Amino acid sequence: MKIEFSSPLSNVENIIDSLKNKEGSLLPILHAIQKEVGYIAPKAIERIATKLKQTPAEIHGVISFYHQFRTTPPGKYQIKICRAEACQARGSRALEAHAKDFLAIDYHQMTSDKKFSLDSVYCLGNCATGPNIRINDELYGRISNQRFDQILSNVDSDLK
Amino acid sequence: MTTKIFIPRESTAISLGAHQVAQAFTHYLSQHDLDIKVIRNGSRGLFWLEPMVEIETAQGRMAYGPVAPADVASIMEDISQNILHEKPQCHALALGLTENIAYLKKQTRLTFARAGITDPVSLDDYLALDGFKGLQKSIALSTQEIVTAVVDSGLRGRGGAAFPTGIKWQTVRDATADKKYIVCNADEGDSGTFADKLVMECDPFMLIEGMIIAGLAVGADQGYIYLRSEYPIADAILQQAIEVAGVAGYLGNDVCGSGKSFNLEVRLGAEAYICGEETALLESLEGKRGMVRFKPPLPALEGLFGKPTIVNNVLSLAAIPFIMSEGSHAYQQYGTNRSRGTLPFQLAGNVKQGGLIELPFGSSLKDLIDDFSGGTASNRPIKAIQVGGPLGAYLPSHKLDILLDYEAFSKASAVLGHGGIVVFDDSVDMLEQARFSMEFCVVESCGKCTPCRIGSTRGVEVIDRIKNDERRAENMILLNDLCDTMIDGSLCAMGGMTPIPVRSAFTDFPQDFFLTTQENHHD
Repeated sequence: MKIEFSSPLSNVENIIDSLKNKEGSLLPILHAIQKEVGYIAPKAIERIATKLKQTPAEIHGVISFYHQFRTTPPGKYQIKICRAEACQARGSRALEAHAKDFLAIDYHQMTSDKKFSLDSVYCLGNCATGPNIRINDELYGRISNQRFDQILSNVDSDLK
Repeated sequence: MTTKIFIPRESTAISLGAHQVAQAFTHYLSQHDLDIKVIRNGSRGLFWLEPMVEIETAQGRMAYGPVAPADVASIMEDISQNILHEKPQCHALALGLTENIAYLKKQTRLTFARAGITDPVSLDDYLALDGFKGLQKSIALSTQEIVTAVVDSGLRGRGGAAFPTGIKWQTVRDATADKKYIVCNADEGDSGTFADKLVMECDPFMLIEGMIIAGLAVGADQGYIYLRSEYPIADAILQQAIEVAGVAGYLGNDVCGSGKSFNLEVRLGAEAYICGEETALLESLEGKRGMVRFKPPLPALEGLFGKPTIVNNVLSLAAIPFIMSEGSHAYQQYGTNRSRGTLPFQLAGNVKQGGLIELPFGSSLKDLIDDFSGGTASNRPIKAIQVGGPLGAYLPSHKLDILLDYEAFSKASAVLGHGGIVVFDDSVDMLEQARFSMEFCVVESCGKCTPCRIGSTRGVEVIDRIKNDERRAENMILLNDLCDTMIDGSLCAMGGMTPIPVRSAFTDFPQDFFLTTQENHHD
């Protein structure tokens, strides 16, 4: 039977081939796939396992250990709110509540239009100017509730 | 002559709009006939002033901050009408000469001497300010002479554990193996810390130089920087700097014509706090779950892929170029008791003036807060200060006389760690903070040992019962016992130190646990 690969999966093959000879290649491979595709699908896990001569369970074990890796598609904009102490000292607990209320989702969920997914993160290293959020690869400091709403409403034009 | 304007490309500045400010300057300059060029520099670490813009003058750099895009036109008018005619600055955001800003002037910047002054990926800038001088001197020395210099400097690991760096290097140097590694721990996960990030974003060649010297000292030809993925800007800048250093012959198969090889690669973590623990980090680098290893064997003897490995924090490696270039004594003369040199403290949380404060060990926490913080951002009184990250004690306002050195903190059952200082005002509920410490351990435990994996979950439950007044006195005893179990039975600092902030919360803030002073003194 011929297996039809969608284009993301053929990219996955290329990514694995280009990185698999590095020492300790699994994390670089997972990062590269997630950057390219947005998540690491079960089919990709099988491919990685075969090419690295490991079992799918081992690959899944590594993926599930790290908060960043995901096996389902994320929202177009992945919002991460810093929950760590320095942000708490500047009001992040209130921001977390506001964000969940504003988006009407909890952590590890996605809005029904698939535009936003919401996750927590433990420290973005911007501790003197919290509360902080990250949207995709962009970092935003001093996030009041109003600024949060404003950033989200402008996100389409700001994060092209 | 072209005048330079400096706008940081460092992440805090960017998070507050530095790119937009830079665009506004570039746009203004394209519309006006002025011989001015925009340089993207690092940050001085004065974060309440970011984005801070500086202009070069005959007297030194003059600063403005915090600058928004809307301020750019008026700043440019001040520059063209006053600064370019050697007249004083006249603008609401004018800060005068950067070097004279008190926050900077009161510091002793050895590791951060170049931060914010240079374009972080300009090799010329680095070389002009003593860059690679330590490497050049090291190449002329024997491997033992390099290690001895590090031992003599008194440098101790800046990641938190404070193990003498030179002894670690000696162990790796003396090991016999076909392959050795230098691993830089750049998984700076402690809340309230950002000094590693500032090194990597503002002066990456210094870290690269420190790693090359480590490689020469112990005979390692491969280095890895294990960088947390929460730092994408540091990643981009490091990649650029490694590329530049390679082209210039500082990395590769013939480091500066010495005939020795050293190659360097950045590897990203994936949001796992435990990977800051050195053995979990090595597992992660090997492509595995970041599970903590038993010690012994020490990583210095059996580390990455079972080979002798130096695992050093960014700040430890970043201190090496100064030590090698200026001599062990020059570094060792700073500090107090067994804490030698300087520590880049990081002032964060609820303060008006958060930032990077490099000082010799030995001043008091109170003096640091009084001299630098400018008070709380909320204008409310300070209730607690957590020093040393999420595994550090919460110090109450009457215990701030403590001296900032490793031994003084250890004696007070507190942690100096990586030098992060997080200030809380009186609105903080310390029971909630204790609960958070346990919850953080639930989320971030690698799961290898029971006291950490299960103990933290039980800890959250016990604290919830105390909060809800379910048999409060009995549950306080249980919480205290649980802390003992975690301290005594955990494999690494994650489970073993989580009780530190928890205990400090109920010992020093008993009112938040609804305890009278008497109830708190149980056996």
